[in-house]
Amino acid sequence: MIPLVTLESMAASLPDADIDTDIIYPARFLLITEREGLGRYAFHDRRSAADFPVCELSATDVEILVCGSNFGCGSSREQAVWALAGLGLRLLIAPSFGEIFRANCGKNGVLAITQPDEMVDRLHAAARAGERFSLDLVRCTLDVASIGTVSFPVAEDVRQSLLNGWDETARIRALHSDDIDRFEAAQRKTAPWLWTRADAPQPTDIQTGVSHARRPLA
Amino acid sequence: MEIQMGASRPAAAGRTLYQKLWDAHVVAEAADGQTLLYIDRHLLHEVSTPQSFAAMRAADLVVRRPETQLAVADHAVPTTHRDRPIADPDARAQVALLERNCAAFGIDYLRIDGPDQGIVHVVGPEQGFTLPGITLVCGDSHSATHGAFGALAFGIGASECGTVMATQVLWQRKAQTLRVTFAGERPAGVTAKDMALALIGQIGASGATGFAIEFAGEAVRALSMEGRMTLCNMAIEAGSRTGLVAPDAKTFAYIRDRPRTPRGASWDEALAVWQMLGGDADAVFDRELTIDAATLAPQVTFGTSPDQVLGVDRSIPDPARLPPGAERAKLERALAYMGLTPGQMLAGTPIDHVFIGSCTNGRIEDLRAAAAVIGGHRVAVGVRALVVPGSRAVRRAAEAEGLDGLFRQAGFEWRDAGCSLCVAMNDDRLPPGARCASTSNRNFEGRQGVGARTHLMSPAMAAAAAIAGHIVDVRTVGA
Repeated sequence: MIPLVTLESMAASLPDADIDTDIIYPARFLLITEREGLGRYAFHDRRSAADFPVCELSATDVEILVCGSNFGCGSSREQAVWALAGLGLRLLIAPSFGEIFRANCGKNGVLAITQPDEMVDRLHAAARAGERFSLDLVRCTLDVASIGTVSFPVAEDVRQSLLNGWDETARIRALHSDDIDRFEAAQRKTAPWLWTRADAPQPTDIQTGVSHARRPLA
Repeated sequence: MEIQMGASRPAAAGRTLYQKLWDAHVVAEAADGQTLLYIDRHLLHEVSTPQSFAAMRAADLVVRRPETQLAVADHAVPTTHRDRPIADPDARAQVALLERNCAAFGIDYLRIDGPDQGIVHVVGPEQGFTLPGITLVCGDSHSATHGAFGALAFGIGASECGTVMATQVLWQRKAQTLRVTFAGERPAGVTAKDMALALIGQIGASGATGFAIEFAGEAVRALSMEGRMTLCNMAIEAGSRTGLVAPDAKTFAYIRDRPRTPRGASWDEALAVWQMLGGDADAVFDRELTIDAATLAPQVTFGTSPDQVLGVDRSIPDPARLPPGAERAKLERALAYMGLTPGQMLAGTPIDHVFIGSCTNGRIEDLRAAAAVIGGHRVAVGVRALVVPGSRAVRRAAEAEGLDGLFRQAGFEWRDAGCSLCVAMNDDRLPPGARCASTSNRNFEGRQGVGARTHLMSPAMAAAAAIAGHIVDVRTVGA
């Protein structure tokens, strides 16, 4: 993951509430099994609207999107984040986000921060006025000339991951393998049924009562 | 009232079911309040895992416990001609990739031409893969479905799918708790789907963001397991990743003797623990909400967010009556997209497509409820109606009962199992402007096809709409 420490850029404004991940990345493009190059599909079905504000993002150096409430609600598709990252976006600001989407952002070098409605309204105005936004993730501040310095809350783990560009899987393996081993040893005793295969040589078909063999699990 | 599953923390008095499930899966805790949570089970499908496997290959990782993973293709699979290769080359490649990845990483894969294929959230419970007391994840936002069994289940993205496969853990932050009590008795014609939609309408599409929902009350206990799955399935449409129902005798009866359920002494041992699995009577929730189920009408969405929903006996709201702002803009945009006029009655709105299926309403009970409405009538002229069973097992069960014949004779298309028109990734897609009565979970713009208009409702309501040719109150239809 590419670290995110500071950035300075203009911002695009998309104030609609409940922009779901189907709008961000329509389902028919989910047949693509890559994660690179998805920016061209971002907001695909809204791009034809003349007033759509994010059409030209990929052609600019805009790295910030100011959004409406509940941005990224709906489907868990990480393609939504890959597509936004593919447009060059690194910072999303909204009153609230869909939870799974927000978690996905943190795994992909995209920071999603919340601000109260009134502040988000002012940030939309600043974005539309073409102001430059300066992010400092070390200090957790956003500077906009017409507004001043805005502090934002960010979960420490998300902040550290972004600052350092950490890979979550590698980090868990490096730091917590013993913890996992210990947990598993304990669970083998307390919930042994989760550790043994159901031994049914000819399981019965669940709905019709017809028997059919099943391939062993492991 | 303690679940004994590796939890080394002292028992705290007054814990909710969510807190107990959480506490039983703590591997490590970070100073910032994050928890490294053990994941007992992972369901995989073809759409959210190609990139996960690619990341594992790139890092030279193996699956830590392949026996805790189960894969099935559902989103991209066609619902016709399953004896032939998939016609769409992209879908064919995606499904083949899942099968190859599972073979390479030692994960059990349910073939699309095999007897057990279906939608992940239908298959997991059917197979006995979903069990009370476990943590279960899937790269799909409707994973809360499995919470109907008293499992802590939530949707994740592709990166986390890879992390779970490699490590069996995820960093998570504990949610706040919300108890939704459905008091009273459901009236005839009102289903779990209507309960879910009514809740979402009341609290909004982000009303439960940051909360784990625990469903309680007389009307929830009265639901079948299928109904409880429908209710938990829709938690994400209120913003919550997790919906829960405490397990009871219905839960245990449902999972008993399923292919992957513990057997013999192992079953007895598990059951003894599961029977103690529930929230404490004195548990305190961060939020409480009570809905009187007895007052509910069948629900129908009219907009492009699941919280834009009303009783079928109501009329379309007028944006002009809202103050200027985001809510008004959202309603105006939704009505423009949906082609609806303020003041227009929901009932009577003509439809031209009907979809009965999905992880929300694709189970045998749903198909029975839909078939019961037909009553010898036929699908209205000009309406195309699809019945897509949630799994091949559901399809066989329906055929054993003769439901397929009822549907076919009435003019419904009887399809093979998959997500189909709930996500419109396969060749089941609606044309622009089409208006669909749908038992699925999302009425988002373009969800069933670019420009297509979706009205969410229960299976009986959708079947009644198919026959009437317009949205109709199922309570007024003699069957």
